[in-house]
Amino acid sequence: MTKKHIISILLENEAGALSRVSGLFSARAYNIESLTVAPTDDASLSRMTLVTSGTEEIVEQIMKQLNKLVDVIKLVDFTDCSHIERELMLIKVQATGESRSEVKRLSDIFRGKIIDVTDTSYTIELTGKGDKLNAFLTSLSSITIFEVVRSGVIGICRGDKTLNI
Amino acid sequence: MLGDIKVELTGAEIVVQSLIEEGVEHLFGYPGGAVLHIYDALYKQDKLQHILVRHEQAATHAADGYARSTGKPGVVLVTSGPGATNAVTGIATAYMDSIPMVVITGQVPLPMIGNDAFQEVDSVGITRPIVKHNFLVKDAADIATTIKKAFYVATTGRPGPVVIDIPKDVTAHKAEFSYPREVKMRSYQPTVNGHKGNIKKAIELILTAKRPMIYTGGGVILSNASDELIAFSQTLGAPVTNTLMGLGAYPANDKQFVGMLGMHGTYEANMSMHHCDVLIAIGARFDDRVTGNLEKFCPDAKIIHVDIDPASISKNVKVDVPIVGDVKKVLSEFNGLLDGDDRRLEQSAMQDWWQQIEEWRSQDCLKYNNSMESIKPQYVVEQLHEVTQGDAFVSSDVGQHQMFAAQFYGFNKPRRWINSGGLGTMGFGLPAAMGVQFAHPDETVVCVTGEGSIQMCIQELSTCLQYGLPVKIINLNNGFLGMVRQWQEFFYEKRYASSYMESLPDFVKLAESYGHVGIRVEKAEDVRQALEDAVGKYKDRLVFIDFIIDREENVYPMIPAGAGLNEMILI
Repeated sequence: MTKKHIISILLENEAGALSRVSGLFSARAYNIESLTVAPTDDASLSRMTLVTSGTEEIVEQIMKQLNKLVDVIKLVDFTDCSHIERELMLIKVQATGESRSEVKRLSDIFRGKIIDVTDTSYTIELTGKGDKLNAFLTSLSSITIFEVVRSGVIGICRGDKTLNI
Repeated sequence: MLGDIKVELTGAEIVVQSLIEEGVEHLFGYPGGAVLHIYDALYKQDKLQHILVRHEQAATHAADGYARSTGKPGVVLVTSGPGATNAVTGIATAYMDSIPMVVITGQVPLPMIGNDAFQEVDSVGITRPIVKHNFLVKDAADIATTIKKAFYVATTGRPGPVVIDIPKDVTAHKAEFSYPREVKMRSYQPTVNGHKGNIKKAIELILTAKRPMIYTGGGVILSNASDELIAFSQTLGAPVTNTLMGLGAYPANDKQFVGMLGMHGTYEANMSMHHCDVLIAIGARFDDRVTGNLEKFCPDAKIIHVDIDPASISKNVKVDVPIVGDVKKVLSEFNGLLDGDDRRLEQSAMQDWWQQIEEWRSQDCLKYNNSMESIKPQYVVEQLHEVTQGDAFVSSDVGQHQMFAAQFYGFNKPRRWINSGGLGTMGFGLPAAMGVQFAHPDETVVCVTGEGSIQMCIQELSTCLQYGLPVKIINLNNGFLGMVRQWQEFFYEKRYASSYMESLPDFVKLAESYGHVGIRVEKAEDVRQALEDAVGKYKDRLVFIDFIIDREENVYPMIPAGAGLNEMILI
């Protein structure tokens, strides 16, 4: 059965490390739904979070193949442990006439923040799990959306568990 | 180093000194603009021999053959752009068969990278999917540590090729040189010791077996674990099969050996696989050419899998007892446990099992119609075995001749059989044989090839002359791309699309024009004499024997695509 998995990877912050990971996924025909990467508090390390889907066997292979990359130090599959996941979305919508107040109301309901305003538009910042962001987009179905930017998922284990060297 | 005073060297000199520090004696390469500084540094020393090939592909295959026959890493130096792209086939060949290799590619100067400069390609990008790891060196001060890391990564864990891309200006810059004594990489720590609990579990499972089967691959050879495998197999008294990559790990002339398995393996090996109840897979990766149809694979077996690469375990076939570790270490642990245990396999069950296996063996699946009216390729390989006492280093190209060599030579020692199993690279045989001959100057080195494959790296006859390499080329010439033709005969109603080699050269004259001995053999009764001349009269010369063989001989037995191991086509 195909299931969504969130994999978090600690890797050397070196040129080419990202392409090793993305190259592995294309070479072996694995899915990537989203991928986000940035340096950590230790500048020599990058933390990557990757959302993929596959059967248990495929995800097991993905984990092993990632581990095999020389630049990869550690990784964890969040799917089977208690974790927190977040995604950031920036969304620019038309805000004129009646829709101006409606957008503000909806944004408040979803605990979004309006971070930029013009006479005709709002730009809203929203964080949460992917399904919350999707729900917000659905709620805006009668509003004209100009632009949507999503960061991809990041995650962290609950409790004392850490992904560290 | 002069005492504690660090010496300042150019990047090029650091490259050469680092290779010397690594104990490299042979460097296979081809010069060009981006590596001229390095070649100049090579010119000024005499510890490291550079071997000039005639095409960069051959440099990588030669280094590969050197590595396969010695266990030491093969080392290559090529220039940027086309030098690097020509090397790609050889790098991929080494990657697929887990061969330790370090390839240094020149690169355009740092400020020009990305400008589509003359002879610029993204070598790191191009080679990324076919290397174990690769590096771009941006500072002369990093060259020594990078080379140290490259050798470490290439030779440890599951071995493989590593590419180091060095821009030309970096080889001109000066830096302090001291070669690091050791290397530690936090992100690379291969597991070598098998899990103790699973090793015990494996032995318990093995001892319950009524129809055990030992299936081993290239990992046993890479790990130099032949002795341990022989001891293990003989303690158990179980049948042993080797993959194409694993031939020689267990002596072919021992009665427990049931031959190679897989698509062109023996009937007895494949039937034993299919009917076994405990399968002990060691340093093998359940390749599709071995397993046939996965749904029909070893239906009754509990499977133990020993491999240094965790990603190889349960990749194609789910296993019951996985053991990640170095094959040699794990086999030693197996042997230790068996030595301290009185229990053995149940004797009556083993008698029944062997009786069954002997029944399969009596099918004589490798028999062929040797009328002596035409030259049969199988006959040539059998004669080659006799003439060389089964003790030659045999390289091969890819196709029917490769299968005939694997089936009929009978390898009794590891590292004697040098072939491209994973990638299946035509053109591999001759340059690989050169690498083997450099490593073993006094041994007989044979390249079993065909008229198709040999033409893919034929230019290396020139290299062989330059360095006086007395390789024996056994050209099994049927005027067809034989394996392609065989499949077209079986599966495409004999529509021989482009499998016919028209306009073949006169190989005897060709060999002679390169300064070698050329012999054409057209009658079966002349086969023996030609082979004896090659290793006797012409011992010190390269001999190219063009055997005009039966045009439409096929490789049997065979497992057709989609079939199980118990569904072989016998002759």
